[in-house]
Amino acid sequence: MTDILVEVRHGARWVPVLRYADLVPGRGVAVLLGEEQVALFRDREGALHAVGNRDPFSGAQVISRGLLGSRGATRVVASPMYKQVFDLSTGTCLDEPTAPDGTPARLPVWPVRTTPPEGGPACP
Amino acid sequence: MTAPTTRPPKELVLVGHGMVGQRFLEALYEQPGAGAWHVTVLAEEPRPAYDRVHLTSWFSGTTAEELSLVSDKFMERHGIALHLGDPATAVDRNTRTVTSASGRVLRYDALVLATGSYPFVPPVPGHDTPGCHVYRTLEDVRAIRAEAAQARTGIVVGGGLLGLEAAGALRALGLDTHVVEFAPRLMALQVDEGGGAVLRRKIEELGVRVHTGAGTSAVEAGPDGRVRAARLSDGTELPADLVVFSAGVRARDQLARDCGLPVGERGGITVDTACRTADPRVWAIGECAQAADGRVYGLVAPGYAMAETAARRLCRGEAEFTGADLSTKLKLLGVDVASFGDPHGTAEGALDVTFTDSRSGVYKKLVIGTDGSLLGGVLVGDTEAYGVLRPLALAGQPLTVPPEQLVLPAAQGGDVTPRLPDKAVLCSCHNVTGGAVRAAVREQGLTGIAEVKKCTKAGTGCGSCLKTLSTVVRDELAASGTEVSRDLCEHFAHTRAELYEIVRVRGITDFTTLVDSHGTGDGCDVCKPVVASILASLGNGHVLDGEQAALQDTNDHHLANLQRNGSYSVVPRVPGGEITPEKLIVIGEVARDFGLYTKITGGQRIDLFGARVDQLPAVWRRLVDAGFESGHAYGKSLRTVKSCVGQTWCRYGVQDSTSLAIELELRYRGLRAPHKLKSAVSGCARECAEARSKDFGIIATSAGWNLYVGGNGGTTPRHADLLATDLDKATLIRTIDRFLMFYIRTADRLERTAPWLERLEGGLDHLRAVVLEDALGIAADLDAQMARHVSGYADEWAAVLDDPDRLRRFTSFANAPDVPDPTVTFVPERDQIRPARPGENGRPLRELVLVPAQGAGR
Ligand code: SRM
Ligand SMILES: Cc1cc2nc3c(=O)[nH]c(=O)nc-3n(C[C@H](O)[C@H](O)[C@H](O)COP(=O)(O)OP(=O)(O)OC[C@H]3O[C@@H](n4cnc5c(N)ncnc54)[C@H](O)[C@@H]3O)c2cc1C
Ligand code: SF4
Ligand code: FES
Repeated sequence: MTDILVEVRHGARWVPVLRYADLVPGRGVAVLLGEEQVALFRDREGALHAVGNRDPFSGAQVISRGLLGSRGATRVVASPMYKQVFDLSTGTCLDEPTAPDGTPARLPVWPVRTTPPEGGPACP
Repeated sequence: MTAPTTRPPKELVLVGHGMVGQRFLEALYEQPGAGAWHVTVLAEEPRPAYDRVHLTSWFSGTTAEELSLVSDKFMERHGIALHLGDPATAVDRNTRTVTSASGRVLRYDALVLATGSYPFVPPVPGHDTPGCHVYRTLEDVRAIRAEAAQARTGIVVGGGLLGLEAAGALRALGLDTHVVEFAPRLMALQVDEGGGAVLRRKIEELGVRVHTGAGTSAVEAGPDGRVRAARLSDGTELPADLVVFSAGVRARDQLARDCGLPVGERGGITVDTACRTADPRVWAIGECAQAADGRVYGLVAPGYAMAETAARRLCRGEAEFTGADLSTKLKLLGVDVASFGDPHGTAEGALDVTFTDSRSGVYKKLVIGTDGSLLGGVLVGDTEAYGVLRPLALAGQPLTVPPEQLVLPAAQGGDVTPRLPDKAVLCSCHNVTGGAVRAAVREQGLTGIAEVKKCTKAGTGCGSCLKTLSTVVRDELAASGTEVSRDLCEHFAHTRAELYEIVRVRGITDFTTLVDSHGTGDGCDVCKPVVASILASLGNGHVLDGEQAALQDTNDHHLANLQRNGSYSVVPRVPGGEITPEKLIVIGEVARDFGLYTKITGGQRIDLFGARVDQLPAVWRRLVDAGFESGHAYGKSLRTVKSCVGQTWCRYGVQDSTSLAIELELRYRGLRAPHKLKSAVSGCARECAEARSKDFGIIATSAGWNLYVGGNGGTTPRHADLLATDLDKATLIRTIDRFLMFYIRTADRLERTAPWLERLEGGLDHLRAVVLEDALGIAADLDAQMARHVSGYADEWAAVLDDPDRLRRFTSFANAPDVPDPTVTFVPERDQIRPARPGENGRPLRELVLVPAQGAGR
């Protein structure tokens, strides 16, 4: 039996970060890629989302500790610090357009995949 | 820049700092031109104005401070010179000066008399025998209570509103109580014969003996020179140790008489519709004045209206006081009584509609005019309808429903509530009409009672209009389509209380089932923690188990409090604030070894700040090994039960408050609730533990424990209400159990007990009925649920440490479990750490504190 792995693309490389099974649906973890921190989530349908871990409103690396949910049809994560909500597919903040430092309030979005693809032939 | 210190050009002297005097000052400073006046107040009483209307509540624990009507700094802010205990003794209108007892001579450009009234004591032989009292000031009630301790029997002379209030107080002090009333019935001014009869029966049921149609002809002294008995006009002799005269009041108009101002035939300084006396520089307001309609009003609402009139006029505004309505609603000795409009049906052709049920002690009478309009009425035993009927009567419009329906009990087809007309005064204390409330809701976009109270002042006086106010506000919101939805969020069209019932009744144990069957979408950061809390309240195991882990906010998820730089704080439980030196040392050692910042919290325990997520288990390993448990500083659950040192050490303590606090904290620890819960226990009435600012607070009495509920510090402070007195410990605990479980069942999301209690229909009385008398028949359920909580409690942190699966969540990085988060940085401050600010060159904990703290390599 092969474990399904989660991979995030860092530069030109897909980096395996953890086993898919170790992700709790509806929650996230933080992943360190070089100097950068990525917040990785598995939603309740099983889909993966990876965005920057830094909360633009507090500057703290905490997005991975936020709660997942939906706003209308959009999958979102709420920052645990001051509760602003971000669209997981685009990284944009749905509550406030700019961060306190004047930059657009947007989380970088990271490409993420499973290998072998979840539900694919190697599935246990 | 230096502040301008010039004194306002014109001198205003206010004589009397009672309820109306204070309202006058407030109204004055609400006027744009108030800055022209420099105000000096001469007050006879030794303290600033207080709420005389609620004087009787002093006997049941309301303190003098709570009765005070003067907010902190009010006098200072407005530069008012207040001279307490220094009454005015003379007015010279030629020199325009007022002289005070201490010899002050104050010049005035305007003089406002607000001297109130004095209690009338019939000049019967022996009326000044020691043991005779009146009932008007805080000093009076203090004296009554002091003497009641040695007395067995008390007589109240006068069966009016005040007399019955005094009788209630004597009864509560444990005296055999008699009321002697000259008129053929009690409260002759307000109620008619039928109402008087029902009232009498109800009051006698409470053990107060009523003698009507009899005057007091003499008070007799015993050999010790103190009151021994009272003799009635019908020859009866009533033994008595204490007599309270409450035979009406007389306007205090002597100052005016002495300086030649006209007064009314039966007393009261004559004023015009502007509240001005015959001398244009002298004004009179409140109970000392005879209004333009020839009446001397003995109620506070007309006095307030006069105060506002005078204040406006003094600032060149328009206002008139032409008369007021004498409606009253009271709860006397537990009996509701109300009268409004013209209760005696004196108008020509007026008809009565009455309903009497002697068994349940309900009497209702409506007076209907020839045109079908409601003129007035009397309600005894059930005053539900007062809030709507009184304004209807005052509006004088024809009724839209048959009057019988307004007096019949709901079960018999009654209780159709007519709409309150816009013109009708809804809140008479502040003279706010139904229309004004509706306009405020509509035009200012207000969405709740609290906002409406703040903006219109309605409901902030005696409180008797609150129920009607909330109906009007709710209906208006509904009508304008902007009804504040109580839905939890877009995923659940239910309130928290409804969800709680759904989860409880259906036995649901996970979020997915709940959102799929009763909601939509994936949920969010609002509904998920709420459901997590409901599941936890209903005892669904560890808060990090299974799907519950995915519902918890970060604080609950990491069992610690998130700080601004992404680190966490750790608060071990210190029940009741009591801690051994050994345990204190352990906390110190843990903090030192991990380099954490320590602080004594406002909750009598110690907070350790700056731990990274990956350090939490190691910190807790040390704490748990030393016998500490989670303090739930992160949860919407019991925080602390603060204690004072109590009887064990304190020379004033009357019970062991520390032991009780510890017992309560251990009992309710871990109990998840709609919001956090705080408690405290004080060992005596000095209240060093500040129990009355807590969700449930306990104050020791020599006979047991007084339980207060619904207190709050924080954003909207509120003193807790007295729920029950002199409870023994078992009853106390049972009552708290039920109170907490009832709150958990019915409160909204993030609604602390204070706003919950304010919102609870029926208020404190209803709560009492539920938790003390089991009015809803749910007490056994609530008890069982608390029993389950108590027996099911286990320390959350110990459970995490025992479980490798749960422990795995406490890493900074899933792909690098051993790497600490390099972005969590600190700088030193006062020999400890604090989070680095943006742009500051902070360093990770290990490098920064641990090395220098161990003294190595400096
Ligand atoms: C640590 C402490 C301040 C201190 O250094 O003394 C504190 C710290 C916090 N308080 Fe507090 N409160 C602390 C005592 C109080 C008190 C005093 C008391 O409990 O005797 C009050 C007023 C009493 C009351 O609650 O009625 C208080 C009223 C609040 C409020 C306003 C609550 C309200 O109903 O208005 C909040 C906000 C909230 O809970 O929504 C709050 C929220 C917070 C939070 C949780 C804010 C947050 O979300 O980060 C703080 C986090 C604590 C942490 O990170 O560890 N804190 N807070 C105190 C911890 C006491 C303890 O041992 O558990
Ligand atoms: C127990 C009780 C219950 C009541 N219940 C109700 C109720 O339910 N509803 C209701 O509407 N009303 C009620 N009242 C009546 C209400 O309290 C009065 O209508 C109200 O207090 C009148 O306000 P005032 O300022 O005119 O008089 P007060 O409040 O009496 O104030 C007058 C002040 O002037 C001071 N003073 C007098 N002479 C001088 C002087 N020469 N120099 C300086 N100061 C002086 C007095 O000491 C006093 O402090 C109740 C009264 C009592 C005693
Ligand atoms: S509340 Fe009473 S017992 Fe407690 S410390 Fe204060 S005075 Fe002492
Ligand atoms: S009527 Fe007294 S507060 Fe409204």
